[in-house]
Amino acid sequence: MVDNGIGASVLRKEDNRFLTGKGNYTDDVNVLGQTHAYFIRSPHAHATIDRIDVSAASASEGVIAVFTGDDLEKDGIGPLICGVNVTSDDGEPHRAPLHPALAQGKVNYVGDHIAVVIAETLAQAKDAAEKVEIDYGVLPAIADTATAADNGQQQIHDVAPGNTCYNWPFGDKSAVEEAFETAHKISTLELVNNRMVTNPMEPRAALGDYNSGTEEITLHVTTQNPHVHRLVLSAFNQLAPEHKLRVVGPDVGGGFGVKIFVYAEELVVGWACRKVNRPVKWTSDRTEAFMSDAHGRDHVAFAEMAMDERGKFLAMRVNTTANLGAYLSTFSTMVPSYLYAFLLAGQYSTPLIYSEVKAVFTNTAPVDAARGAGRPEATYLLERLVDVCAEDIGLDPAEIRRRNFIPVDAFPYQTPVVQCYDSGDYPAALEKALSLADYDGFSERAKEAKSRGKRRGIGLSSYVEACGIAPSAAVGQLGAGVGLWESAQVRFNPTGNVQVFTGTHSHGQGHETTFAQLITEQLGVPLENIEVIHGDTAKTQFGMGTYGSRSLAVGGVAIAKACEKLIAKGKKIAAHALEAAEGDIEFEEGNFSVAGTDKSMNIAEVAFNAYVPHSYPEGLEPGFDENAFFDPLNFSFPAGTHVCEIEVDPETGEVEIVKYSAVDDFGKLINPMIVEGQVHGGIVHGVGQALLEGCQYDADGQLITASYMDYAMPRADNVPSFDVDYAPTNPPDNPLGVKGCGEAGAIGAPPAVINAITNALGIKHIDMPATPENVWRAAQSMG
Amino acid sequence: MYNFSFEKVKSVEEAVTAIQKAEDGKFVAGGQTMLPTMKHRLAGPSNIIDLSGVESLTEIKAHNECVTIGAMVTHRSVASSPEVLRDIPALAKLAGNIGDPAVRNRGTIGGSIANNDPAADYPAAIIGLGATVNTNKREISGDDFFTGMFETALEEDELITSISFPVANVAAYMKFENPASRYAIVGVFLVKLSDNVRVGVTGATACVHRGRRLEDALNKNFSPAAIDPVELSVEEMNSDIHASAEYRAHLVKVMTKRAVEACN
Ligand SMILES: Cc1cc2nc3c(=O)[nH]c(=O)nc-3n(C[C@H](O)[C@H](O)[C@H](O)COP(=O)(O)OP(=O)(O)OC[C@H]3O[C@@H](n4cnc5c(N)ncnc54)[C@H](O)[C@@H]3O)c2cc1C
Repeated sequence: MVDNGIGASVLRKEDNRFLTGKGNYTDDVNVLGQTHAYFIRSPHAHATIDRIDVSAASASEGVIAVFTGDDLEKDGIGPLICGVNVTSDDGEPHRAPLHPALAQGKVNYVGDHIAVVIAETLAQAKDAAEKVEIDYGVLPAIADTATAADNGQQQIHDVAPGNTCYNWPFGDKSAVEEAFETAHKISTLELVNNRMVTNPMEPRAALGDYNSGTEEITLHVTTQNPHVHRLVLSAFNQLAPEHKLRVVGPDVGGGFGVKIFVYAEELVVGWACRKVNRPVKWTSDRTEAFMSDAHGRDHVAFAEMAMDERGKFLAMRVNTTANLGAYLSTFSTMVPSYLYAFLLAGQYSTPLIYSEVKAVFTNTAPVDAARGAGRPEATYLLERLVDVCAEDIGLDPAEIRRRNFIPVDAFPYQTPVVQCYDSGDYPAALEKALSLADYDGFSERAKEAKSRGKRRGIGLSSYVEACGIAPSAAVGQLGAGVGLWESAQVRFNPTGNVQVFTGTHSHGQGHETTFAQLITEQLGVPLENIEVIHGDTAKTQFGMGTYGSRSLAVGGVAIAKACEKLIAKGKKIAAHALEAAEGDIEFEEGNFSVAGTDKSMNIAEVAFNAYVPHSYPEGLEPGFDENAFFDPLNFSFPAGTHVCEIEVDPETGEVEIVKYSAVDDFGKLINPMIVEGQVHGGIVHGVGQALLEGCQYDADGQLITASYMDYAMPRADNVPSFDVDYAPTNPPDNPLGVKGCGEAGAIGAPPAVINAITNALGIKHIDMPATPENVWRAAQSMG
Repeated sequence: MYNFSFEKVKSVEEAVTAIQKAEDGKFVAGGQTMLPTMKHRLAGPSNIIDLSGVESLTEIKAHNECVTIGAMVTHRSVASSPEVLRDIPALAKLAGNIGDPAVRNRGTIGGSIANNDPAADYPAAIIGLGATVNTNKREISGDDFFTGMFETALEEDELITSISFPVANVAAYMKFENPASRYAIVGVFLVKLSDNVRVGVTGATACVHRGRRLEDALNKNFSPAAIDPVELSVEEMNSDIHASAEYRAHLVKVMTKRAVEACN
């Protein structure tokens, strides 16, 4: 066993720099001659722009330039794109309205970009922005998801009649109908999946720097995927050819999905720095972040389950309306379709599923992937519905789950909704979670709570998700414009230390530690001799970045494959040096040795030989530096059961989470401490959605939750200390035996919390966020 | 932020002269309300007169059944003051729960009450305890100080120097926090004196007020049950995305009951 290898809870290498203020975030980067950009945004949710006059602003002190949509159009820059096609029920592609980076004649949400002022200082840019004159023709706005497509609603885009982006049916409608006709019992549920503002701690930022000598643009940007940014900006937005565009996303302070996408500000800053021939910097303030970061979730759905006498699920039918906001963000179309409907089977053997998704436009900020993306929506709907089914049929929520779980011997398991689950033992996770949560002792605790005037409730959530995104062939077939493989380069330096270049991107996940542990395990190089490098298109080979809990399951495997190549080459070098046959060389814990002898050579010595090849195998290339690409055969399917126990104060409606137990299957754990941290963060994210967070627009499309004064983020005192455990299985398709863990908490938690509240109050349903007032109102109806 | 002239004064007199000379001057105390407002360009005073150098405003004195707290005393200092902890523990507790540590280290009692945010905590204590607000010009009874939403009896060039609180050992502050901002959705400061009860209510209405109906009920019968039949005017309650008027009215009663329980 090597020290600090797979399974060791090594402290994070990156934390020294983060905890001592040495992180290098986009806004920390300042370059000589830098100017500042300030965006003029629409105060109206829906309006025509009848006139813009920038003359006074242009003459304002310190102003270098003021640009509008016309300037971008003249230079052929943009529009912004959406990279995934979803075919609508009429056989046509989804409707994609023009998404200019700066408005062309019309604005469609509060915060929509109209013009940019570039000045010597930010204050001067803001002063000038106040002098830009704009005449608006205010139009009626629609912000409500449920009614956006209704007849007679204000139309937002000509290309999208009925404000509809697509209608996307999936499954065997008539077979499902038949099953419903003959079913013993049908349970139904109408619910809302609340809109969230993702709120990474570091706001978005971009710094464009053009070098007229090399004709290269360097764009520092808050990104989860520098190469995807470069590809989209080059190939689709005409910013610069790929080889003349360098995208650098050094340290990124949280992403959660928000920093996958290519935004207007980034394109404008990248273009403007060449236009004015000065570096241009923009950093979002928190208000701008609330207005213009892509939001998450925002569904209304109606779900039905058909059951037999024993509570066995026979068929499920789901009708969903998903709000995509005013324009299509980079991956928006796939979130409520492929990432949602294909997860509706959950952990159950329901044989028939039919889903209809209507994706609508509204006068709100674009909606796209946010931690879990589609899977939290599917899981919340299903796990809430299962609890309603349990109540309707008279079974304990744990028992109805047991009866419907996909049996352990059925894996790999083909669901009726495309996905084929790799591995799972759902009963094991459930039983372990129940015992961790002392499920059997709950009624005693509830009794004791009642004596104190409190109502106690317990809720389960048995989730499965699809991550490790994703097989390129599969996503290509579905309509994605990209492949989702991953890349790695593992480079030994002559002195024996290692630099690992990954195409994934770390923005809080701890890759620098986890990936180094992989190398330590495989190559026996001490952890402190390994540096993981990411986030700069000029340093790393092309990679697809980090989202969909893919970094280890896909990117980690690419690293392992590069290591295998190094070992194979090392054997040749060692055989030559040790004067043995290549076939007799064994590699273990960093040493190449001749089988059955005490002759051996450390991998560092091998590396030195490769760079100073004075005595070297004939025909072998010098150097010790290998790269590898990995395209997975399947998604990975983490799963688990979470149990939440809460107490409601019926007098005020306050909900306190008193105990939270999570048992997850993430396959093999590389660094259990980091995994547990991801679980904690994910659960808090999910608790935030369930109890606190709700992005609200009013009827005129004004964003009312535009700051932390009104948008409630979870804090440490909103959650208890978590009980976390694992029930791992071995995914056969993944060479490292790993599954993703970054999103699981945010997927599993919301239904566990809400199921606990409905259990406490004996009610059928309460929408998220279950605010004190809503819980208080629900408690009024309680006997 | 717009440009402004900055002046750090050493005495109350200098502060008053400075504000009288300024075109559109503003005192700044802890800056916890003032600076965010300026950063958002919602305020653009011509002159900022910094009070942090006026030492006479930072004292806490106990005298004659009274605790007098200087206008520039921070929330943290009130929370940890031996005099306040001894003589009005409920006030120390209130101060210790305002905002977060950074806000408590900078924010001041004078700034808080001059600002009169309808969801701020201190105003409930001023009303509940029947405090007196001392200024460079006069003494203002707490009951007369808060005149409306973000409005006070202060004149343009009037500076709060200190607040005098009568000693109150039987008192409690119950706050129902806004889950986002953690200001008060409703806050009730209840004081049980030898002959009567005073209730200051913040968060619930456009401006802090005395809960007269609650006081009447409790003067007759000092028990949580006495609150049940009290009818509060829902129409006067604030209503926002966090709490409807009806819910706020309900919470005023619940918080009052809990304050009574804490005093019993
Ligand atoms: C994140 C955050 C959370 C908060 N949470 C709470 C909370 O839970 N409860 C709560 O009650 N408050 C809360 N606050 C407000 C906080 O208590 C502020 O400190 C207070 O409102 C203002 O005090 P200040 O000393 O910072 O005043 P400043 O911001 O400096 O001034 C505020 C106003 O008072 C005037 N002023 C200041 N001193 C005087 C004086 N001596 N005489 C006359 N006028 C004066 C100023 O001119 C200005 O108009 C919070 C603030 C923040 C930033």
